[in-house]
Amino acid sequence: MDNVRSHISDAISTRQRLMDRSFQAVTTGFAWFVLVILGGIIASLLVGGWQALSAFGPAFFVTDAWNPVTERFGALVPIYGTLVSSFIALIIAVPISFGIALFLTEIAPHWLRRPIGTAIELLAAIPSIIYGMWGLFVFAPIMSQYVQPWLQNHFGEIAFIGTLIQGAPLGIGMLPAGIILGIMIIPFIASIMRDVFLTTPKFLKESAYGVGATHWEVVWNVVLPYTRVGAIGGIFLGLGRALGETMAITFVIGNTHRLSLSLFEPGNSIASTLANEFTEAVGDMHTSSLIALGLVLFMITFVVLALAKFLLLSLETREGVKT
Amino acid sequence: MHSLKPLKRLLFAGAAVLGLTAGVVNAETTINGAGATFPYPIYAKWAEAYKAKTGIGLNYQSIGSGGGIKQITAKTVDFGASDAPLTVEKLSEIGLMQFPMVIGGDVPVMNVKGIKPGEIKLTGAVLADIYLGKITTWNDAALKKLNPHVKLPNEKITPVSRADGSGTTFIFTHYLCKVSAEFKEKVGNSTSVQWPTGVSGKGNEGVASYVQRLNGAIGYVEYAYALQNKMTYALMQNKDGHFVKPDSDSFQAAAAGADWAGTPGFNLMLTDQPGAKSWPITGATFILVYKKQDKPETAQQVLKFFDWSYHHGGKMAESLDYVPMPASVVKLVEETWKKDIADASGNAVWTDAMVQK
Repeated sequence: MDNVRSHISDAISTRQRLMDRSFQAVTTGFAWFVLVILGGIIASLLVGGWQALSAFGPAFFVTDAWNPVTERFGALVPIYGTLVSSFIALIIAVPISFGIALFLTEIAPHWLRRPIGTAIELLAAIPSIIYGMWGLFVFAPIMSQYVQPWLQNHFGEIAFIGTLIQGAPLGIGMLPAGIILGIMIIPFIASIMRDVFLTTPKFLKESAYGVGATHWEVVWNVVLPYTRVGAIGGIFLGLGRALGETMAITFVIGNTHRLSLSLFEPGNSIASTLANEFTEAVGDMHTSSLIALGLVLFMITFVVLALAKFLLLSLETREGVKT
Repeated sequence: MHSLKPLKRLLFAGAAVLGLTAGVVNAETTINGAGATFPYPIYAKWAEAYKAKTGIGLNYQSIGSGGGIKQITAKTVDFGASDAPLTVEKLSEIGLMQFPMVIGGDVPVMNVKGIKPGEIKLTGAVLADIYLGKITTWNDAALKKLNPHVKLPNEKITPVSRADGSGTTFIFTHYLCKVSAEFKEKVGNSTSVQWPTGVSGKGNEGVASYVQRLNGAIGYVEYAYALQNKMTYALMQNKDGHFVKPDSDSFQAAAAGADWAGTPGFNLMLTDQPGAKSWPITGATFILVYKKQDKPETAQQVLKFFDWSYHHGGKMAESLDYVPMPASVVKLVEETWKKDIADASGNAVWTDAMVQK
């Protein structure tokens, strides 16, 4: 009997070992698969964009020409547009999202938290093209009729700010694009911030309230230090989305390859340039430049995410020292 | 480059899907093409009617002219389609021949307070100066001189162009280069160019929405799009000095007056053509096929389809606001098929007997 039992258990454990091993192999394969795809994308972008990169050299990244007729291409205008519009988006989205998350976790009465939270998550489900159309047909007219003339009348003469807001009141350009982007990424950042704020242990907050701290002091001194990592992660997720956003930007940025300091002059972003020009790019150099532009966007996103990781790591190591 | 009313578009989408599934079921009775987006609705309509008649379907991917040229070069399709003609050198380099299929053109449209369609007259030189940023307000002396009886406002002009590469831009810049040496030198002629001023929108609808949204804007859209959306168009001065209105007659006049016979490879743009009635910003959309055919049966099917479309598709084209090719040009095209397209052993693929009058 004993013999039989051990035989059976041997058989079971052999089968289990086999299954375990194959399971391990499959999941490892899946994990590597992502890396292979990543490498493949980088390689194909490099190969496709090589003609442009080798022809223009490093100047590709700092020239503002984009002329399919003379086949002279430079990525400065789209890079500038992508960075500036995303930066504006962050300036707008981060404080508002922080406020939303703070309200939802600390201030709002309990019965209100769920409906507002759901509404914000629903905002994230709106397709970006809807934001773009809203931007062009509703938001841009408001900007051109009220906001921009008002700004120019009141601040137009001031040295630096005047330059930022000059230009014909079209209501499209870098600032409107940035604002639309900001609205688009608010739900992402806000819902992540809310979720991470909720992870703060109750006893920490309650002790703070207990010694007479205000809502603001609790959030700023207790919740935020505790959830810094997650909050920054949410911000960078929003930034990643803003950098790659295509359709909404295309509607309101003006799609023009001209460098201008003014936030109301039309410009271009990398993603909208690709969306606009790829299908009808006839010349090889044009196509290659567009692929190189794609590589640049890839690199920017990559660097942003790497920086985020690096930042989070250094925060984590400091954590121990501080407490 | 072309937009239709939603219902029509839905029908075409349906037809395209049907065509596609049929193609999967029976590959031998389907011809494959890819390219320009501008003629897609009419190719789809012809294909539908042709399939009902002959059982031979057309699978046309409207991926853009650049994509069409790439696909025919890679021989993944039976024919390519391009809004801009290829040069003779490029054609012979790949071994292609091209022929014009449908006429199209651009219409300058605008949004100026109090101005009705057809009220403003423009010349090519003035239009070029607007797009160069030299004429910046609607009450500029040059515009006043052309339109003495129109009350022009003191409003800034915002030129609107196409952000995406397109045949529409190719025709428009081709025309402006012809009439303005400065435009030719500073901007040039291509499917997308670096505009010195103004804003750009994606597609006809992008340009149209910018024009409708921005006070004082002027843009250029494809003729059918301007017509279907009842946009405020301008009258243009043609080569003979007459101011003409964009309509089917003025486009056909431009095509009929052109010297197709004397142009090698049909590499002809119909901009600024002579003729009292000719619309100056006219072009054609082209089909690309190989001169030497490895599969002569397929090539025959392709040519038969286009032949049938030439002879029986005029009414359908007009119903979608396209302008069909004049009969004289069709005759010339089919003569060229006979001469230029051959199978591997050098026999002509197309014969007179195949014409489906």
